[in-house]
Amino acid sequence: MELTGAQALIESLKKEGVELIFGYPGGTVLPIYDVLYKEKAIKHILTRHEQGATHAADGYARSTGKVGVCLATSGPGATNTITGIATAFMDSVPLVVITGQVATNLIGRDSFQEADVTGITQPITKHNYLVKRAEDIPTVVKEAFHIARTGRPGPVVIDIAKDAQVKKIKFKYPDKVNLPGYKPTLKGHPRQIKAAAKMISIAKKPVIYAGGGVISAGGAKELKDFAEKLNIPVTTTMMGLGAFPEDHKLALRMLGMHGTAYANYAIQECDLLIAVGARFDDRVTGHLPTFAPKAKHIHIDIDPAEIGKNVRVDVPIVGDAKQTLKDLTEKVKPENGKHDAWIKQIDEWKDKYPLKYKKDKRIKPQYVVEMIQQVTKGKAIICTEVGQHQMWAAQYSKLTVPRTWVSSGGLGTMGYGFPAAIGAQFGNPDKIVFDIAGDGSIQMNMQEMATAVIHKLPIKIAVLNNCFLGMVRQWQELLYDKRYSSTNLCNNPDLCKIAEAYGAAAIRVTKPDEVKNALEKALKIKDRPVLIDFAVAKEENVFPFVPPGQALNEMLID
Amino acid sequence: MKHTISVIVENKPGVLHRVSGLFSRRGFNIESLAVGTTEKPDVSRITIVAEGDDQTLEQIIKQLYKQIDVLKVFDLPADQAIERELALIKVHANDKTRQEVTQIVDMFQARVVDVAEDSLTIEVSAEKDKVENMQKLLEKFGIQELVRTGKIALQRGG
Ligand SMILES: Cc1ncc(C[n+]2csc(CCOP(=O)(O)OP(=O)(O)O)c2C)c(N)n1
Repeated sequence: MELTGAQALIESLKKEGVELIFGYPGGTVLPIYDVLYKEKAIKHILTRHEQGATHAADGYARSTGKVGVCLATSGPGATNTITGIATAFMDSVPLVVITGQVATNLIGRDSFQEADVTGITQPITKHNYLVKRAEDIPTVVKEAFHIARTGRPGPVVIDIAKDAQVKKIKFKYPDKVNLPGYKPTLKGHPRQIKAAAKMISIAKKPVIYAGGGVISAGGAKELKDFAEKLNIPVTTTMMGLGAFPEDHKLALRMLGMHGTAYANYAIQECDLLIAVGARFDDRVTGHLPTFAPKAKHIHIDIDPAEIGKNVRVDVPIVGDAKQTLKDLTEKVKPENGKHDAWIKQIDEWKDKYPLKYKKDKRIKPQYVVEMIQQVTKGKAIICTEVGQHQMWAAQYSKLTVPRTWVSSGGLGTMGYGFPAAIGAQFGNPDKIVFDIAGDGSIQMNMQEMATAVIHKLPIKIAVLNNCFLGMVRQWQELLYDKRYSSTNLCNNPDLCKIAEAYGAAAIRVTKPDEVKNALEKALKIKDRPVLIDFAVAKEENVFPFVPPGQALNEMLID
Repeated sequence: MKHTISVIVENKPGVLHRVSGLFSRRGFNIESLAVGTTEKPDVSRITIVAEGDDQTLEQIIKQLYKQIDVLKVFDLPADQAIERELALIKVHANDKTRQEVTQIVDMFQARVVDVAEDSLTIEVSAEKDKVENMQKLLEKFGIQELVRTGKIALQRGG
């Protein structure tokens, strides 16, 4: 079959099962857009900014487990994708980002809209390609998808010179990849599994610390089986929310800077920490030398570079979380009963230090999150922006299902949630999708309201409007003597009017007793997005709070 | 501590940037770097001498392995490696001193590769210390120009 490079690209994407591309056109991708014009099997969603396209592809990927695809032109189009690529890279999200590049005879001459995209994206991609020959397109696409979705997933950039998109080639899609330098280890070494099983069987106070790797591996069931068989409590990182049901009796819920007190106490007291698909991030560990000071460490991760990076590990196991947990569950025999004393201790902490907030006449942001959980019966996909609202969403959404939590953890990207919600809604047309937002963050990618309205996406945007860059304000209150430098947003625009101007619905809520009604009303709107502007208590703080550089047990509880 | 790290890579565009970028991003200073093809034309060997603590080095080796185009990485301990550096040294030499310079050249089993009226250009290939010793001995004649390749190394035996 003779095809142009652009046609070969689209055919290759079809072979990879791509059904959606989020993108934005420009000069160097015109040949690709011309093919998309007639294409039926792949739908192209025009966002209003390339950052929006990248986050949408990311939200689609996180909520479905498929590879997200986006497309941008060279130069400014490509540089606008950078925040989205870095966000996906930090959270190990499989993306294929296709960018146009100036024609090969113009590369290296500072040509119009030329940017060194492979150079710029090199530290924030799992891999990248500059394609100068049309003949290379099928192989590169095949490799890119393979790399993006296998092992520790991540974003891959394909930068394609314009002339390579035009040239005709004989199209044949390869059926195998040939990457001698890339062979992820999926199955943990039997000797290590045996050593871990031994350690687990004699532990008196074990804790499982599960991260996003469990979700990427599709290992939630294996995690539950493992925890239940051995009666081991489970705490998850923010990225791991949904990997273990938060209403389970063994759930310690989230740990770390804004984790539950009982999760953090359990970490500090445990004698064995079993880390699965988690990477000991500083937001999780607090002051590193005092993290889990009494514990032996087992660390299961598909990425060998994560093991031993931040903490010393007693039993490292390189392997896929699902497979390894399964193998471990089979191997381990509990010798120490069900460590009842330990479970009892944890239950006491749970009773004594539950997540809590004070109710008063104002709308408490935590209450809004609780109500969202209630009216959606915990079935919604919760996307978030970054800030206090994100932490309250993490604390009070009581997530029970993998891939229902879509939030930027590693990079902490404000402006991520709304476009990610667009991607999540496209990927899950029958589910309720919320973006829990702050008034600061929502203004970072508000332009995507146009995308959501045009496609009649019934996304609910719940703005916890505190008229502040609340998370930064909280740090200023607690660590900088209330010097609120540049965090007051008192001259915010009317967010409801903005939403309406785009053609979305909008509801403003100012009293606690209106919250539930407003949410129920929003759920009935099915043909367009709805923004609900909650005027929440302005100087509410997120607790527990482990001040930066402190040990987890030194957290402020309220 | 100083380490000699050998990185075997697929000969693909951008691979050197990828490898060297990792060192600087993770806070390792590269002291010397040499790249060249191997017995297989599509495979190159990058030899890097760098200084840093063992834990950082371990992290860098793991990060190197994660690069798709990286096939193999070795940290070569000095006692198990054959190490060489090549230097070209243009040294001042006239009728009076030429003899003395050539003696030093012979002593180091080096070679004179260019002769001019007032200079000699010497090629020396040896271990780093030797190259440096020779350089020291030649200094009194006046070194006009000097270039060193950076270390290359192979594991002994096997
Ligand atoms: C792109 C970006 N810029 C700056 C920050 C730093 N930052 C972290 S949280 C935050 C405040 C967020 O405010 P808002 O969205 O109103 O949420 P709130 O904390 O009030 O809930 C800021 C500025 C960031 N995370 N991302």
